[in-house]
Amino acid sequence: MGLAIVLALIVAPEDLDQGVSQRIFYIHVPIALTAYFCFGLGAWKALLLLWRGEERYDLESYVAIHQGTIFGVLTLVTGSIWAKASWGHWWLWSEDQLVLFLVLFLFYCAYFMLRFSLEEGPRRARSSAVYALFGVVLIPVSFLAIRLAEGLIHPTVFTREGPQMSGSMFATFCVSWAAVTLLAYVLYRVELVGKRLDADLRELREALR
Amino acid sequence: MTQGQYVAAAYGAVFVFVLVYVAIIAAKLARLQRQTAELVELVRGGSVTGRAPEYAPPVRSPGTTGRGPSA
Repeated sequence: MGLAIVLALIVAPEDLDQGVSQRIFYIHVPIALTAYFCFGLGAWKALLLLWRGEERYDLESYVAIHQGTIFGVLTLVTGSIWAKASWGHWWLWSEDQLVLFLVLFLFYCAYFMLRFSLEEGPRRARSSAVYALFGVVLIPVSFLAIRLAEGLIHPTVFTREGPQMSGSMFATFCVSWAAVTLLAYVLYRVELVGKRLDADLRELREALR
Repeated sequence: MTQGQYVAAAYGAVFVFVLVYVAIIAAKLARLQRQTAELVELVRGGSVTGRAPEYAPPVRSPGTTGRGPSA
C-alpha cells in the first residue's frame, strides 16, 4: 500500500488535462472495482448457500457485502472529492454512472436492514442470500452505464482499444489496484475470523451454562 | 481549495476510514479475548471444585467394577 501511494503521489507523471487532481484516479478506481468485486463475491457465496445449503456461506456472504459497503462509501467519498476538484460539483444527478453506483450502494445498505430485521436462523440466511443475488444484477448495469450513456462528463479510461494512459500511469494503477485488493482480502479474512470466533464463543458459553 | 488539497483530502479520507475500521476490529478482538479468558476461568473454576460440566458423560476410573469403590 505504501509503494502504491508513493507511485501515485510522486512517481506517476502529472496528467496534462486534469493536472494534480487526476492522482485521485489511482485510489478511486481501484476502490470502486474492489467494491464491485466484494458485492459480486457476496452474491456468489449467497448462491453457494442456496445451492449447497452449507451454513458457513451465510457468514461469508455477509462479510463480503459488508466489505463491499465499506469500499462503496470510500468510492462515493473519493469520487465526490475528485468531482469537486475536476468539475466544480460534489455530485451530479445527471450522471448515470454516479446515480447507478449510489443505487447499488443503497440496495446493499438495505441488505443489512433486511438481515437484522429477521431472527437468526436458516430463514434469515435464505432471505439474505436471495436479496444478495438480486443485487448482483445491478453490478454490470452500474459498470457498463458509463459506456452506454451519452453526453457524459465522467471520463472513460478503459476502452476497447485498451487503457487510455501512459505505461507508467497504467503500472501505477495496477500496483494501486493490487494493494487495495490485498487490503480488502486481509480485512475480509480478519472480519470473518472474528465473526466465527464470536459465534463459537457464544455456542461454548451456552453449552457451559 | 487547491487541487493538491483535494488530492490530500481524498487520500486522507481513505486513510481515516481504514484506521477507524481497524480500530473497530481491534476493539472487537479485545472483547473476544476478554470473553475467552472468562470462559477459561469458568472451566478452571469447575475443575478446581471437582464439579464436572453438566453435559459431560460420567467417567468410570479403570479397575472399578461399577458396584462401588474398591478396597
